[in-house]
Amino acid sequence: MANIKLKPKARKGVIGIKCLIKHPMETGLRKKKGKIVPANHIENMVILHNGNKIVDADIGSSISKNPYFKFNVSGKKGDLIKLKYKDSKGKTGSMTVKSK
Amino acid sequence: MKRRLFLRSAMAGSAVATAIGAGLLTPSMVFANSSSFKTRSDAVTASLTDAGQGSFKFKAPNIAENGAVVPMTVDASKIKGVTNISFYIKNNFTPLAASFNLSGAQGYVSTRVKMVKTSPVIALVTAGGITTSKTQEVKVTIGGCGG
Repeated sequence: MANIKLKPKARKGVIGIKCLIKHPMETGLRKKKGKIVPANHIENMVILHNGNKIVDADIGSSISKNPYFKFNVSGKKGDLIKLKYKDSKGKTGSMTVKSK
Repeated sequence: MKRRLFLRSAMAGSAVATAIGAGLLTPSMVFANSSSFKTRSDAVTASLTDAGQGSFKFKAPNIAENGAVVPMTVDASKIKGVTNISFYIKNNFTPLAASFNLSGAQGYVSTRVKMVKTSPVIALVTAGGITTSKTQEVKVTIGGCGG
């Protein structure tokens, strides 16, 4: 299930946002015992900084299993960082963390 | 007689199996990505020739032992007004790995991708409507996409 690790850390006016989403990221091309494993990967991910959208990512199946991303945004300690994602099965997940 | 019966039932069974197989092959499962993403990927393929040499940093390994996890980083923090950063892997089934639309964030993205086989990896950075690219060949010893 939706399992997100989100660790924003402010340093010198820049927040480094590290995120790790637990997701199988099946491409729909892999076979298991002769049967195609249905595609199941993250399609869209949005990161909000104090309610403003800063990253809107379209993600393909070529991103690795349990995807990891890192972004930088100017901000300070205590800013709210929110991550939302949607996968090809329609499942969504979100998480809000205060920057350290 | 028994043998014939067995043969007949076996044939009927295989017919059912093919029917299931056909049912399984619905478009959503055959195409790994949604069609809209596929179109975007094709659009990027078309725009590649126009992209000039970028002046940003692109970090990817020369040799990736495991194609399932290939880390790569684009650092274009010095360029102002970066609107999009994309990763493009030429020999993958869907070449466009991911496209990050940035609004407010600095031009820096780090992620991990899957690679089927050795391929040139192209990082695309769009700033102020101009797309620039940087290419690096990544050697893959074990593919990461199954197949």
